[in-house]
This record gives sequence, C-alpha cells and structure tokens, in this order.
Amino acid sequence: MKYTDYYAALGVARGASADEIRKAYRRLAQKYHPDVSKEPGAEAKFKEVAEAYQTLKDPEKRAAYDALGSRPQGEEFRPPPEWARQHAGAGAGASGFSFDEADFADLFSRFGGRQGRRGGAMPGEDFEVPVEISIEDAFRGTTLSLSLSLPENDAAGQVRRVPHTVKARVAPGAVDGQRLRLPGKGGKGMNGGRDGDLYLDITLKPHRLYRATGHDLFLDLPLSPWEAALGATVEIPTLSGPVSLKVPAGTSASKKLRLSGRGLPKPRGGAGDLIAVAQIVVPPELSESELALFRQLADASSFNPRRHFVAEGS
Amino acid sequence: MNLEAEVLWLDEHREIDLRELIEMSGLREAEILELVNSGAIPAQGHAAAGYRFSARVVTVARTACRLRDDFELDTRGLCVALRLLERVRTLEEEIGRLRAELPR
Repeated sequence: MKYTDYYAALGVARGASADEIRKAYRRLAQKYHPDVSKEPGAEAKFKEVAEAYQTLKDPEKRAAYDALGSRPQGEEFRPPPEWARQHAGAGAGASGFSFDEADFADLFSRFGGRQGRRGGAMPGEDFEVPVEISIEDAFRGTTLSLSLSLPENDAAGQVRRVPHTVKARVAPGAVDGQRLRLPGKGGKGMNGGRDGDLYLDITLKPHRLYRATGHDLFLDLPLSPWEAALGATVEIPTLSGPVSLKVPAGTSASKKLRLSGRGLPKPRGGAGDLIAVAQIVVPPELSESELALFRQLADASSFNPRRHFVAEGS
Repeated sequence: MNLEAEVLWLDEHREIDLRELIEMSGLREAEILELVNSGAIPAQGHAAAGYRFSARVVTVARTACRLRDDFELDTRGLCVALRLLERVRTLEEEIGRLRAELPR
C-alpha cells in the first residue's frame, strides 16, 4: 500500500493541536466539499481531506497513524508486524496480518469502537457512483456492468478490498441527474447488519447532434436562405429514425419547430419533445448564377431587418 | 455472478415512508421531522407516522446527512444549506435548458 501524509493533506504540522486540525479541515471542507464546490477535482480533494481528518481528529487513530512514522507521500510500504499487533486489534497477531488487499485508509477504519470491536449489528456502507450513459442508451435502455472495489471485513475483522461486478438494467427514460438505488449492493453488513446500498448518479454524455434537457432534446436545424424563405420539407434525424418536418415559409433563425413525443421516453409512458432550432446558413462560396440571383433579390426587395434600430419620429 | 441487481428509480413516481427515508438517508427521525417542518424536505400527510415522501427526496436527505457529518451542522444550519442548494440546483437546471436552446 502507499503511505498517505495526512498532515500534508490538511496543511498542518505534525505537532498541530486538535483545534488547528479541526480548523484546517473546516476551511478545506468548505472549499472542496462536493455538495457545495464546483472546483475541478473537488470530490477527490475532499476525499483526501476527509480521510485525513477522520484519522487525525480521533486521538486513538492519530496515535496509531503517528506510530507509523513520517514517510514521503505515496511511498510504497507495509505496516510492521508489531504495529499490527499493537494497533490493529484482537486476533491480528495470532493469525499473522496481511495488508495486501487493504487501502491505507482501511488501516484506521476499524478504530474508535464503531466497527469490529463491538458485537452489535453494523449496517454496510452505502456507496454513490457516477455513471455516464449515451443519449441512445437513455432512449433504448441499457444494462450497466459496474466494476467496483468495496471494503469488506473478513472473519477476523480485517478490512480487505474485494472486487465486485454489479449488473443493473436501466430501463428507457433516464435523464441527466437521475438517481437509481440498488438495494443491498453496497458494503457488506457486519454481525447481522443489513448490506449497504449502491446509488447510481446518471449523467448523459454530450451528443454530436442533440442537447438534452429533462426529457426534451434540442437539435440545430440548418436551413438555406431559400428554404427558410419559401418553406421546405426536410428530413430530421430522431432517435427512432428519420422523420419529415414541414418548415413553414418565412422561418427566421432561432425559430423552434417542435416534434411532439420525439424526445426521450418517460419511465411511466409518454415522451419528451424533439425541438429543432432553425439556423439560416449561407453558402460559404456562391456560384456566378447564385451571386446574380442574390443581387437581383437585393435590388428587388425593400425588406429592412434593422428597421427597429431607428427610433420612431427621428 | 451474472444476476442483475434490483434497480429502484428515485423519482416522483415512487413514494416512500418515514422509516424508509431514515434507512436510506442516515438522518435521525427528529432531524427529518425538523427539515419537513422547515419546508426543506417536502412531505405529504399530516402526522409523522403517516408522512409519505417522493423518492426524489432521498437525494436531498442524503445530502443533508453528508453536510451534517462533514460540516458538523445542526438542523437549522442544514435547513439553510438545503434551501440554498435547492436554489442553486433550480438555477443550474434553468441554465442547462437555456444552453440547450442555444445553437452550437
């Protein structure tokens, strides 16, 4: 396992008082807590800070941590057997301690009377996992296969990381921000406690054509100037295949054309809409004849799209 | 093991009771009742025993539990934090919708 410098994570000296440690944690928690912070990497940073605080705020855990000595951050190391006997709890010395499948934080998770040492039922830990799915998967539904490494206590009360694969069917209709609960798929309960749950936080991947908001989808609809002016029937790509859309004559840029029920399906029936947003696109290069026709139109037309710039009466 | 896990949608179509919300959120009953009374957690029904919650509330209640533990907030502090977070969520949703309407 890799050594983690908890004092450095909180930005305090090794001899810091309990009050200094608490103040440092509060300052960093306000900056990085994932529920309140939008800083890049905030969640990972908060995890480091919280892990450090969980150990350093508890005198027993802090003493055990300090007994490991000071090492460079990230150094590969193994706790010495005497440390295990002294700090890792009953049964450790006799059975021979192996930390091969434990994380550094797992060394301290059993202290403080919350786990392992008391015989009472302990519910398993809940875990929240962000999951990104495509808009097509949200439309059709998908089966997720999640590879997780969850901490578990073995018969001797020792924490090990155990790989799990969880398969979960996500029915059609998930939207950005949808939460799903997988009961009993979190950490294992102890002494008859219930297993924890797994919570999935769904986000939709950006799509090359569609922008999702709730169950509605927005799509840019490029139109030539003559299609916008004269009207046209155009083919629109939808998630269930192409459909024809009648663009009315005189369509301006930004006009929204709604295809009812062509968005993402709703879990209890019905569907959002597909909204095509008109954009007028001028050919990047005009042929001689196109140029001549546009000039002819410019001469013939009295249309002034900027008439409202001039105040009335001026 | 290839068995598919049971999947429960935490949306407005699913209702849960107070006992389930306590189990899923990690909050204590008294904390939930105070958050309900302050309006930070919406509930249907009158007496605590008969309260019904939209399963969407689970996310809010779990956030409350994290904030309580990580910032050592009392329930009044939680009420303020949850109301502000709800405002942020609503505004972000609105920004998301407006962005979706803008051409690329």
